[in-house]
Amino acid sequence: MKQSIRVRIWRWSIISVVALYLLVPLYAMYDFSTKPFGFADQGRTFRAWQMIPSQQDLFPAITRSLITAAIVMAIILFLVVPTAIWVHLKLPVLRRPFELLCLLPLAIPAIVIVVGIAPLYRWISINLYESPITLAGVYSMLILPYTYRSLSAALDAVDIHTLAEAATTLGSSIARIIFKIVMPTIKTGIVNGSFIAIALVLGEYTISNILNFKTFQVVIAQIGRSDGNVAVAVSLASLLFVIVLLLVIPTKKRQGSVLDVDTI
Amino acid sequence: MAYLGVLPFLAFTGLFLLYPTWSVISGAFEDNYGVRSTAMLREIFYSPIARTAFGNSLELSLKTAVVGAVIGALFAWTLATGKPGGSFYKVSVALSSALAQFGGVMLVFAFLATFGFNGLVLTLATKYLPSSFLADASWLYSMNGLAVLYTFFQIPLMVLVFLPTLENLKPQWREASDALGGKAFEYWLRIGIPVLTPSFLGAALLLFVNSFSAYATANILINLGDYLTPLQIAIALTSETGGSNPAEAKTLSFYMVVVVVIAMSAYALLRKKVSKWEQQR
Repeated sequence: MKQSIRVRIWRWSIISVVALYLLVPLYAMYDFSTKPFGFADQGRTFRAWQMIPSQQDLFPAITRSLITAAIVMAIILFLVVPTAIWVHLKLPVLRRPFELLCLLPLAIPAIVIVVGIAPLYRWISINLYESPITLAGVYSMLILPYTYRSLSAALDAVDIHTLAEAATTLGSSIARIIFKIVMPTIKTGIVNGSFIAIALVLGEYTISNILNFKTFQVVIAQIGRSDGNVAVAVSLASLLFVIVLLLVIPTKKRQGSVLDVDTI
Repeated sequence: MAYLGVLPFLAFTGLFLLYPTWSVISGAFEDNYGVRSTAMLREIFYSPIARTAFGNSLELSLKTAVVGAVIGALFAWTLATGKPGGSFYKVSVALSSALAQFGGVMLVFAFLATFGFNGLVLTLATKYLPSSFLADASWLYSMNGLAVLYTFFQIPLMVLVFLPTLENLKPQWREASDALGGKAFEYWLRIGIPVLTPSFLGAALLLFVNSFSAYATANILINLGDYLTPLQIAIALTSETGGSNPAEAKTLSFYMVVVVVIAMSAYALLRKKVSKWEQQR
């Protein structure tokens, strides 16, 4: 398709304004993280980058965040996905209430959930033990709308009723139908949902900070108080990591189904 | 019997979603000792500090939602009209997904590295434009500074949310308009914009809620408890000075939920009207 000159001028001016706005801070992060210590205004140094491995709190925090992400993914796989399939197959009456319940977190700011959950969290950490499970529970609620979107899109695309009937006639149990037959057919939806889980958990600060949980972001903020250059280097490194990850993961219309607010 | 299958999920959401929500809403109508009263609701409603914070929060969210939605939609349009599946498209979408989650700690560091003390732009500005506002980092800590920071994650979010809608615009409509002698601006005025408006407003609403509930960015950048409502809630909840005040935190949260619910209901009403109108055609 050939574009007219006017359209091309519009396109390029929009692209350059947005690119300038989005890319200058990213370049500035690189610039800042390679600045020499103090005010010497010459040369480049990779001191900040070299100091990343020696940050004591950093790697336990990354591990903690990844464990939390793993628990969130387990909750999605063994609780949310089976329930979504179950409602789809056996309880069509509940589809609408189920959808509303899943979309509810969109209307409730994260900080409000923290206010509500704080007493419960305190009780659990005093009487049981401090574990990332509570945190993972709250996180899985935060991403519930996005998980639901990608799941329902995937479930609508496949005729799972026929699959389930065929499997029942052949003598499958319901557990086998859910985990071995339906779940593999909606694999893309599940992978997308899990990917959002990782992104959210690695980037989350509000809840973990207020509940005094030292996750990745909380520790980056803490490093920033003692050494700005190192904190900027860590931020840039993790951002680049996420971008590369997103480019490598096959994107087949991922965003469309996940974040389409059109049908709220 | 089939209803038993949803019980685990219901128990889980009950614990982590419904119970907290209920606890906030009912807590707004109680004082710190669990006695039913509307004293706190009234106290917060008339408190000048809470009003300023709420006003700041609303202003910031409205501004960044509008600016983010417009710029994001324009950028999404450049992606939709570009080569689909090309490397520019791919990189932009990946970058948007990463940057939409970028709010908070890392965003503040990025902007401090740019406009802050010893930052890239500030260093250049002090050298070449010493009299401009860029040569002094203080603007970053003001309302405008926060707005610039928030817009940074609003634009990519808008791109992600709005791109699918733009891609669903049928090229046949444009062809029909062209064949009937319509000009480009007529196509947009009579077909493009009316068709896109509902999803545009929906996306803008999502952006509004997104920045209305944002806490991390402001907390790290200004660390001033009274500035925005989410900051005020966090202070009331954890309170480093004096005892914590859960009733105040719950009441402030309740007011936040009220605003979001009003915004969402307005949107739902609009959608209803639109779908009625679409059926009548």
